[in-house]
Amino acid sequence: MLASSLDAIGILDAGIVALLGYVVVFFGLILLMGVITIMGKAFVAAEQKAAQKAAAAKEAMAANPIVPTFAELERSIKAPGSAGQLKLHDVEPKTAAMLMAIVANQMGKPLNELRFISIKEVK
Amino acid sequence: MINIGEILLNLWNKSGFAALSSGFTTGGWQNLLMIVIACVLLYFGIVKKFEPLLLVGIAFGCLLSNLPMGGLYHQELWTAFMDEASPFYHSYGEIMRHGGLLDIFYIGVKTSLYPCLIFMGVGAMTDFGPLLSNPKSLLLGAAAQLGVFVAFFGAICMGFTGSEAASIGIIGGADGPTAIFLTSKLAPHLLGAIAVAAYSYMALIPLIQPPIMNLLTSPEDRKIKMVQTRNVSKSEKIIFPIVVVVFVALLLPDTAPLIGCLMLGNLLKETGVTDRLSDTVQNALMNIVTILLSTAVGSTMVGSTFLTMNTLKIVVLGVVAFGISTAGGLLGGNVMCKLTGGKVNPLIGSAGVSAVPMAARVSNTQGQKANPSNFLLMHAMGPNVAGVIGSAIAAGFLLSVFG
Repeated sequence: MLASSLDAIGILDAGIVALLGYVVVFFGLILLMGVITIMGKAFVAAEQKAAQKAAAAKEAMAANPIVPTFAELERSIKAPGSAGQLKLHDVEPKTAAMLMAIVANQMGKPLNELRFISIKEVK
Repeated sequence: MINIGEILLNLWNKSGFAALSSGFTTGGWQNLLMIVIACVLLYFGIVKKFEPLLLVGIAFGCLLSNLPMGGLYHQELWTAFMDEASPFYHSYGEIMRHGGLLDIFYIGVKTSLYPCLIFMGVGAMTDFGPLLSNPKSLLLGAAAQLGVFVAFFGAICMGFTGSEAASIGIIGGADGPTAIFLTSKLAPHLLGAIAVAAYSYMALIPLIQPPIMNLLTSPEDRKIKMVQTRNVSKSEKIIFPIVVVVFVALLLPDTAPLIGCLMLGNLLKETGVTDRLSDTVQNALMNIVTILLSTAVGSTMVGSTFLTMNTLKIVVLGVVAFGISTAGGLLGGNVMCKLTGGKVNPLIGSAGVSAVPMAARVSNTQGQKANPSNFLLMHAMGPNVAGVIGSAIAAGFLLSVFG
């Protein structure tokens, strides 16, 4: 058996085992280095690709900005506090929320019992 | 009427004091000397703060097992356990039936449970990011295993058997759990001496390494500032332990328990979904196992087996192994410095010995002495954690040859 025959090892054999062991450690770690390097390159490439995609999308947005029409805005901006039914005309959602809270307070009724149809800025 | 004198005499005869005094001609002095050594180790651990978390436990285990009549540890049970001709060869049942508390603790060392669990904790506390951002540092981790094989060769020249020499050589890996793992398998009778030597020298790294670093590097090279390495993504850190465990365990299956636990601990840390487990492994489990491991290893330091010339030889070979491993890493660092046109500070090579993070801190300190604006810590962590993998591979090789 290898182990039992090597237990009473001679100096020359010990030198060979020592050298072989050192080489094996280097071999193992060099292979691991190769694997990690490849893995790292793959990750860096993937990250670069994702970054390039994001940059291209940003550039495209800058070149062709999508400006919504007033009607689109009117359709899209709905205050969540009124179950999506409240229409805001030239009013920020934050301002609308504040107005709704003031109205509820003045009327002495809970906000969830009131129904707001629309809020429009009087110019 | 009760004979009080007889009772007191019986009490005296059953006491450890009587055993110590009557056994002076048959080895009782060895126990006394070991108790003194235990107290010296306690002094180093508590007052000098040399690896106190381990040295205090080791010293106390040594103290307990050398107190006569305590019955905490039975060397003869473990001798029978290792003797192929004995009916109790590899019989844990016999140990459980007749063993003391420290014998039960020692089962965890014998089965390699404790070193593997410690490695799991080390993995959970280690950030492999610096290694991933600079994979070349693996070469420094390999170069710094030189001391393992030189000390192995030296031990053979000094008359040790192959298994004993392999266990002594691994001290050069500067990795306590790996040294205990290998020694408990190849040369358990040397475990106490090897563990004490390994942990003592690891504590003395700030004293052992700097003179060698100054000797093997030029003042100009020590001033080299290294550039910031790339950021490593979370996905990369999660995949790394899986890749390493598959790769290394396939290359050297004997390292699978150590590398497997190291990488499991690291995966628990990196996933981000097992924070509770990671926290337990890093703290509670690590602390419990450290107590059991250190006490069990200390208990093997029984006078009759520890007070031999071999212990003295191990102490000498251990420091040689540490020194040569440091030199190997520095030579690797010098080569890398030249090949990269002075982009690598050779001081990070000495961190290739795996004492994490002590060796990396020493590299950083020496670098700052040469150039106060030099911050080498993160660069040195790469070779440092590579050294952990390197010493495990070295242990796997020695185990496959002599195991």
